[in-house]
Order: sequence, then C-alpha cells, then structure tokens
Amino acid sequence: MPVLWIVLAVFGLGLIGYFAGRMRALGSAGGDARRLHSLPNYYGWHAFMLTVVPALLVLAAWLLVAPSMIDTRIGDSLPESAIAEGGSRSLVMAEVRRAAVALDMAIEQGRMDSETAANLRSDMADVTARLKETGAIITSTITQPVLRAAQEFRVLSGISNFWMTVVVGLLAIAGFALALLQTHKDFRARNTVEAGIKTILILASTIAILTTVGIVLSMFFETGNFFEKYAWTEFFFGTKWAPDFRGDSELGMLPLLWGTLYISFVALAVAVPVGLFAAIYLSEYAGPKLRAVAKPMIEILAGIPTIVYGLFALITVGPIVRDWIAQPLGLGNSTNSVMTAGLVMGIMLIPFVSSLSDDIINAVPQAMRDGSFGLGATHSETIKQVVLPAALPGIVGAVLLAASRAIGETMIVVMGAGAAAAQFQEGLGAVINPFEAMTTVTVKIVSQLTGDTDFASPETLVAFALGLTLFVITLGLNVLALYIVRKYREQYE
Amino acid sequence: MTDATANTPAAPKEGKHAGSLFDADARTQKRNASEARFRALGLGAIGIGVAALIVLLVSILSQGLPAFQQTFITLDVYLDEAKLDKNGERDIEKIKKVSTFGYAPLIKNAMTSRNEELGIDMAALGVSDKEMSAMVSKEAAAQLRRFVIANPDRIGDTVEFEFLASGRIDGYYKGRVTLESAERDSNVSPGQLQYADALKEGGALSTHFNWGFLTMADASENRPEAAGIGVAMIGSLYMMLVVLFLALPIGVAASIYLEEFAPKNWFTDMIEVNISNLAAVPSIVFGILGLAIFINYAGLPQSAPIVGGLVLTLMTLPTIIISTRASLKSVPPSIRDAALGVGASKMQSVFHHVLPLAMPGILTGTIIGLAQALGETAPLMLIGMVAFVREFPSAPPEGFFDPASALPVQVYNWTTRADPAFVERASGAIIVLLCFLLCMNFLAIILRRRFERRW
Amino acid sequence: MNDLRPVERTVDTKEIKFDCSDVQVHYGATHAIKDVAVKLEDKTVTAFIGPSGCGKSTFLRCLNRMNDTIDICRVQGKLLLDGEDIYDKRVDPVQLRAKVGMVFQKPNPFPKSIYDNIAYGPRIHGLARNKAELDEIVEKSLRRGAIWDEVKDRLDAPGTGLSGGQQQRLCIARAIATEPEVLLMDEPCSALDPIATAQVEELIDELRENYSVVIVTHSMQQAARVSQKTAFFHLGNLVEFGETGQIFTNPKDPRTESYITGRIG
Repeated sequence: MPVLWIVLAVFGLGLIGYFAGRMRALGSAGGDARRLHSLPNYYGWHAFMLTVVPALLVLAAWLLVAPSMIDTRIGDSLPESAIAEGGSRSLVMAEVRRAAVALDMAIEQGRMDSETAANLRSDMADVTARLKETGAIITSTITQPVLRAAQEFRVLSGISNFWMTVVVGLLAIAGFALALLQTHKDFRARNTVEAGIKTILILASTIAILTTVGIVLSMFFETGNFFEKYAWTEFFFGTKWAPDFRGDSELGMLPLLWGTLYISFVALAVAVPVGLFAAIYLSEYAGPKLRAVAKPMIEILAGIPTIVYGLFALITVGPIVRDWIAQPLGLGNSTNSVMTAGLVMGIMLIPFVSSLSDDIINAVPQAMRDGSFGLGATHSETIKQVVLPAALPGIVGAVLLAASRAIGETMIVVMGAGAAAAQFQEGLGAVINPFEAMTTVTVKIVSQLTGDTDFASPETLVAFALGLTLFVITLGLNVLALYIVRKYREQYE
Repeated sequence: MTDATANTPAAPKEGKHAGSLFDADARTQKRNASEARFRALGLGAIGIGVAALIVLLVSILSQGLPAFQQTFITLDVYLDEAKLDKNGERDIEKIKKVSTFGYAPLIKNAMTSRNEELGIDMAALGVSDKEMSAMVSKEAAAQLRRFVIANPDRIGDTVEFEFLASGRIDGYYKGRVTLESAERDSNVSPGQLQYADALKEGGALSTHFNWGFLTMADASENRPEAAGIGVAMIGSLYMMLVVLFLALPIGVAASIYLEEFAPKNWFTDMIEVNISNLAAVPSIVFGILGLAIFINYAGLPQSAPIVGGLVLTLMTLPTIIISTRASLKSVPPSIRDAALGVGASKMQSVFHHVLPLAMPGILTGTIIGLAQALGETAPLMLIGMVAFVREFPSAPPEGFFDPASALPVQVYNWTTRADPAFVERASGAIIVLLCFLLCMNFLAIILRRRFERRW
Repeated sequence: MNDLRPVERTVDTKEIKFDCSDVQVHYGATHAIKDVAVKLEDKTVTAFIGPSGCGKSTFLRCLNRMNDTIDICRVQGKLLLDGEDIYDKRVDPVQLRAKVGMVFQKPNPFPKSIYDNIAYGPRIHGLARNKAELDEIVEKSLRRGAIWDEVKDRLDAPGTGLSGGQQQRLCIARAIATEPEVLLMDEPCSALDPIATAQVEELIDELRENYSVVIVTHSMQQAARVSQKTAFFHLGNLVEFGETGQIFTNPKDPRTESYITGRIG
C-alpha cells in the first residue's frame, strides 16, 4: 500500500514539524512562553497543519482524478475490434484493469519479473493460465489488445504514482519549511490554526451537500444513458413491466408505481389510525405507569431493523394471511401479497407515526385544552374538536413523512410483496386484489441491480431511472412535510 | 334555603342547566359513553402496537433459537495411512493433494464400525450405504481433511471426531422433519431417521449448543448445517469501524460549525435543508450512490466492507449531526459566555468547554446511529454484499478491501434459499443481530442516564 | 313553578351560590389551600386578591374542578354549589363546568372561526336545536361579550386573528354562550393593555346583572373597581373576606392592611 506509506510519511513529517515549530517559537521568545503571541502548542499545530493538509489534499485529488484520466487514455487507444468483442468500452476497461491487477500480483508472488510482465507477448491461453494461478479474478481468456492495454495501464499507473509521490512529498516539505519560516514570537499562530480548523469544520459540513449532489449526479447520468436506449414516454407511461435479458423488454413504470402506492396505502391505513390513537392515549390519558411501559415498547418497534420485519412477513404474517384469509376466501394462494407487506410495513410505521404525533399533540398549548375543559367539554370532545384540529397540519406532515418512508422501504417488500409486477392488461380484478403478489419500485431496483445482466443494458440502467423517480417522489413528500411541520411549529412559538 | 334545593334534586331552575348536578342527564350520559369508547380505541391502539411487538419477537425467537443447537454424530475415525499418505513421507504438499473425496471412505468405515459396536443392523432399517454416508454433513470430510493437514503426524491413529449431522437429520430433532414428511422427501428416508434414533440411543448422536453457528462462514445451498455467521459478523464489525471512524469526527465537526460558527446565510440554509432531507432519503438510494460512485467510478472492490462502511457513513451522518446539534444546543450559553469572558477565543470556548459537556449526548447519538447502520440491508445488497463469501477477510486495514458479508444481508441471503433449515439459520442470525442492537441501545440509555445534565 | 318564587325573592338579599367550608388542597406534598371557608353570592362580583402563590388561582380552579386535570392535585372539604357538593362522586365535572364557566389569564381562542369559537360550547352541550337557534346564541353571546359590533362582519375569520383585548372578550363571550350560572375569571386582564383592560372591566360590571362572577386579580385597583366583595388570600389561607369597600378602607386583619398598603406582596 504505497498510498498508506505516503500518508504515514506525511504525518511523520507533520509530527516533526509540530515539535520543531514549538521549539522554534519558544526559542524566538528566549524560552519564555509568556512572551509568545499564542501558546507554544499553537505554533506546533501551525507547522503540522501546513505540512500535512495541502499535501494530503493534493494526494486525495490525485487519487480521485488520475484513474479516470488513465482510463480515458487507454480506453481511447483500444482498437475498435477489441470493443466489439467485449460488448462495451467500460466492460473491456474492467477487463484491462483486472489483467493489470493480475500482472501486479504475478510480480509480487515472484511468478514473473517485471521485465517479462511488461513485454509479455506469447500465447494468450498460456498468459491467461499463468495469470489465473496468481488467484486474481480473470474470467475469460485475455486477448492481445487487452494485454497490451493492461501493460500500458501499468506503465501509466507507475508514472502517475511516481509523480504523485514526488509532488506530495515536495508539498509537505514546502509546507514544513514555510511554517518554520513564519514561526516567530509575534506570529499569530492561534488565529491561523483556528482559521484552519474552521475550514475543516466547513468542509465537514459540506459533505451533506456533496452527498446530495453525488446522489443526483450518479442517478442522473445513468438515467440519461437509459433514456438513450429506451423511450422516456414508454418508461413513465408504459403499463407493462416485462424485462427480458435477451433485450426487447417492456419497462413501463406504472405497474411498479401502482404496487408501491397500493402497499404504502395499506401500510398507512394500518399505521395512521393505530399510531395516532396510541399517541393520543399516551399523551392525553395514560398515567405515568402505563406510559413508562407502553411508550418504550412501541419505540422498540422503531429500533428494529427492516430486515427483521421482512423475515416476520416471510415466515409469520405471509402464511397467516394466506391460510386464514386469502385461501378461505379464494382470493389467492401466495404468501407474498400486498396485504402481507402492507400489514408488516404498517407495524413498522406505527412508532414513527405515534412519536411524531406525540410531539405534535404535545405542542398544542395547554391553554387550548383548559379553554375547552372550562366550557364543560369532555376529554374526548376536547381532543376531537380542539386538539386534533389545532394539530392537524402537523399530523398531515407526519403522515406525509410516513408515506415517504413507506414508498422508499425496501426489505419488507422484497421479502413480503413478491416479484411479479401488477398485470394491468388482465383487468382491474388482478390489480386491486390485495392478496396477490405485487412488486414495487424498490424491489425492482434491487433485482435489476443485483442480477447478472450486462451493466450497460437498459434492463440494468432502468434501476437508475427508477431510483431517480423514487428519490424525486420521496424528496417532494419530505420537503412538503417538513414545510408543513415547520409552519405548524411556528404557529405555537 | 340551600338545604331545600339539595333535597329536591329535580327542582327546576332557571336557565339551561336545570336539574341536579348529581344526576347526569341523558345527553351527558351519551357524551360520557362516547368518551369511554374513545378511550377504549386509544387503549386498543396501544394494545395493537404492543401485541405486534410481542408476536414479532416470539415468532423470531421460536424460529431462531433452534439455530443455536445442532445435532452431532461422534465417530472414531481411523486415519488410514494407505489412503492419506501412500508413501509414508508425511510430505504436507502431497497430503494436501488428497481431496475431500479421499476422506469420505474413512468416515464411512467409521460409521460401519460404530454400527457393529452398537449392533445396528442396516439391512433391517433399509438404509443403503449411500444413505448411511449421507447421515453426516458433507462438511465432515472437509473437517477431517483440515485436521489431517494440521496434524499430519496423527495419520495411522484412530481419532474421535464430532461431525455435524446432515441438515435433515438435524431437522428431525428440531421437529422440522418427521417420519411422514421423510416418506415424501428425496433427501431423507424414514430408515435414516430410525437409524439416527438408534445412534442416539447408543450415545453416538447428540444435540447440543453449536458454537460453529457463531464462528463458521456461510456454507453452500446443500449443507445448511455448516452455515454460520462468522464472516457476516466480521464484515459488520469492519463496517461499523469504518462508520465510527468517519461518521463521528465528520458529524461532530459539521455540527460544531453549524451550531457554533455558521453565519445565517443561504449556504448554511442549504446545508441545513440537505441534512434534513438526507435523513429521510430511502436507504436504497444510498445503495445506488455507493454502486455508482464508490464501485463504478472510484473502482473500489465489490462486497468490500470499506464500500459498505462509506455508504453507511453517509447514511448515518444526518442522524449523528442532528443529535450532536441537539446536545450542543442544550449546553447553556452562560458556559460559552464564561469562557469568552476570561479571554478564550470562540474556538477555545467550544473545544475546551462546550464539546466536553456535550460529549455524552454526542456519544448517545452516535451509538444510535451505529445501531441503525448495523441493521441496514438494502444499500448493502446493491454494492454486492449478497455475494456468497466463504473466506474470512484478513485483518484491517487490508481486510477492509476483502469481500465480506454483513449480518442483515446474510439473513436475506439465507431466506432466498430453498432448504427450510436456512430459515432457522436466518432467524438465529436475526437474534444475534437483535442482541447487538439491544446492547448498543442499552449502552446509549446508560450513557444518557449516567451523564444527563439538567441545567 | 311555585317553588321558584322564594328563589326569585331572595335575589334582592343575594342568594348564596357557592358555600365552601374547610377546603384543603394539596399539590403532591405541598399544602396549597388551608381551611378556606367562603360564601360566594349570586349576581355579585367577588374578587380574590393576594400575593403571587397565595392560592387564589388554585381555589378558583377548585370551583369548577379544573384541578381535576392535574394528576397530583387533591381537593378535600365541602364545596356546595346551590347546596350540592361538587366533589361528590355522582357529579360529572363536565356538567359542572357547563354551569360554572371559566375565563383564563391568557386569551385562548381555539384555532377556529369566531363563530365556531362561540358555538363550541352550545354544540357540545346541545343547547341549540337548529342552525337558527345557534346563530341566535352566537349573536347574543357576542353582544353580551361587548364584541358583536367589532366582529359581526367577519364571523368566519379565525379567532386567533383578533387583538388581545378582543380575544379576551371573545373568550368571555364563549364562556357566556353555554349560559353558566357562575363565571370564574383567572386574572383576565393580566395579558391586556390598559385600554383593553378597561373594556373588559366594563364588561364584567355588566355581567354582574346575570351571573355570579369570581375574579382573581393581581391589581388591587381592579378589585376595587369591579368587585362588590373581596377575599384576601395569603399563604394558602383566606385571611379576610368582606365588602370590597370595607376591605380596602378598613381592613380588620393586619396582614390585609400590610398587603393593601404595599408592605407585603
């Protein structure tokens, strides 16, 4: 791990800088720390910072940019014939990278010297076999152009690594020297260090923005690729979902969206009344003893991972729904169903709805309740006619947040709802029967991205379009909900 | 005067509130009945919530607890030199050449001799030789081979081994397989079950706690008895380490900036909006992010804990930032003023006074964030952690780049397999996962109780 | 209807509405009200004065059992409304509160329209048979609350949009709408400016014609202006109760004198 060594070396230099800076500052003040502008440690940190930070930033940037530059150069030099065989440029490049790794490993294990590795031209089957011996992942026989590219890849990487080491090392030394030059008893070391720390703090807080940008960009580009291969009108308005790995798939989103919304609706139909009534009882009626027991128990439901709910749907709720309801009524024979997934998701959302509603109900001023009681209203009349209407915007916000959760939930639907898309062409009955299996947007994102299909095919890329749709829907719901809740809170502040 | 009215409760009085207070009028009775109904609804809702929790836990526990028990068959295996080391050279490379197929006859011989010892008549039970060999797990030969390679000097001795019984035999003692179901099962015959009973009577077969479940790696489709959560636990541990070492410092730094230094401007607003939205973005979207950025763009390996850790870090950050900001906010401004008043810089007042006081709250939030990350499944599936991993990852830091599984993904992986024994394994793994979560939440509660400060 | 006559006749001599004796209130371990005995008359404004925390608001809230909503509060003793013990097991506080209305310190209109604010009480108690009757009740209450002219054109506007003084008069009108016999007011003017205070005080004086009004106030001037009877509370005890004029000009108890002259409080 040469990168690790570079990092360690830079840190080592930084540490030396720390002590050197400290000593130099003390020296300039004649050994009397009181005559320094800042505490001696700050001079040390100043030197450390100047040594380490620029060097590591450049290192990070280099690591981020260099691989893609090398990829482009080699990718461009690949002959068209090699690409035609492999399917797409990115796939061939993956092959090249694997071959390069294998060459590295071969050298490391002493099976080849670097000379042979660089000039290998012999029989390809033999080369493949020799590289496979290293334990590297080589899937197919390496072709001549791939080997060439791999060798070039190694050369370029070597050059890049060399210059990276040089530049980073020089930067560290330059920072070290500059810091020591600046160090003097009147130098405002504390202010400089604090400005540096503040910059780090700002950088840390921008990660939230970077994440959002990353999410949007990563899905945007691939969605663009998808729409190049598949008409967007057919994606958004298509009523049939029938992916086919041989191509010629029908990838209409509507059946998936219907399944998502239907299951979310069932979940909310369970979670909203139960959660709301539980919150009302706990905040308005329950004595301290009941509250001390029931509240944490309901909150435990919130801490249970969704995979547990998924398993619960699979091994308990699914069979119960099928054996006790669906089969006796002749409505279906599947353990996977809208009802199963909806019920379990509803249970998952109960604590979510109840704790949000609890906060919101508690935010209604006591004066409102007193006013109502003072007029001779019963407790339930007060709740129904004063507290709930006053809390309504907040509760609507909570329900929207719960809906966004339900729409984005994955594991419960993967394990409880099934993989078959709603069949619009088979009539209304098949689509609204809650005891039929029905798949959702999230289930299909998982299945399309974990399947074995070619990454560049529309069958895989559709997952990104689905993901972007999901992101936009949930984002819209969240923004709306947060806006409503914030407005509501302002009303009583 | 007053007595008179008290004694005549029906005395009609002026106004709308005629009648005594002691008698609820019809309307009040109706209203009180509706009040009672409303209360019952509330209580019912709480009942549903609590009942759901209990049913869920009971169903998982009842399904999963058997996974910690396993049926073993004890055999005295003669390590035949003629089969394992024909030349008698004890050359480890040559011994390694003998595959697990070479070890199978040894186990078969050991079973035959055990039968003779116990006086079990295989013909009477209708158990063929092949069926007899199928009594022990396919893992047994591998176990034997590992032992021989580790102790080549024991070749020629007779050594007592405890082998895993095959999944169906194990299922027989857990009620999953019965004599009736065995009739219809191509993988097990009733004769084998009777044979197992005979072995049990003879003391060669026993069921006890199975450490292997916690320490072993995943096993292939047809040997559920050998599947364990060792690799998954290591993978989860590595990811939690990555999350802890990235999310905690970044989250605390971001919170300090936002809470203590950030000016009120569009940039700060944008960060705030982003954080609150990221907290509600579906987890699977983070998986897509991880796949596109960390694997496809940055070229990090699939199934690696480092990628999982990075994805989970991004997911956990909002949680940590929100709780850290809350605990920074709860430190009263008087503390900051006091520090500033003796001439400390803003930075010093924050790092020397505010941050230490807020630390318990920050740690509590971090633990809760970690607990969330530990149970997260969907994003890890997208970055390839569903893959079948049998090799333990090496020690950090290289281990972060080795393929590994994760506890929740392992659970999902097992639920997709055909053999019902894997459902038991999945539930068992869930119990382990829930135990971890329980411990983490317990720790968080203790921290909060222990250090909670009221200003 | 014959029974009514003596009742009507006693109006002149001021019928006793509330007869309280030996009232004790505990808040958890705190003994908030000690041995209070007082007789409150009909068609009279009675003022409760005293320093903060003396128990006057607590006592007021006993009179319509608003303290029931506080878990740790225990009330003992006799509180007879028209001769009936309001803490009797058979009494439904809901019915009691319809009879003994309350106006609070801070104006607390519901987040509903002005009309719905007033109609709330009549609706839950079923005082109106139809919309026309309800309209009538609303108008009458708003008129009695001396706010009709200000809001008659915007009955559908939210009650929270009114000014502080208007809100408080709306709350008084709301309390009147259920036609209570006693009206309890807990520092109704403390959140209002002087002009709004004057309006509310004027209103209280008018209300005296129909109701027994009990008002808790911090302001001795206010007590002197609006009340006929005054009760002085100190540390949970009822120190003195009598004609307002007598209390302010010739207090019998030295503690009352000290308070009125501003030495304690």
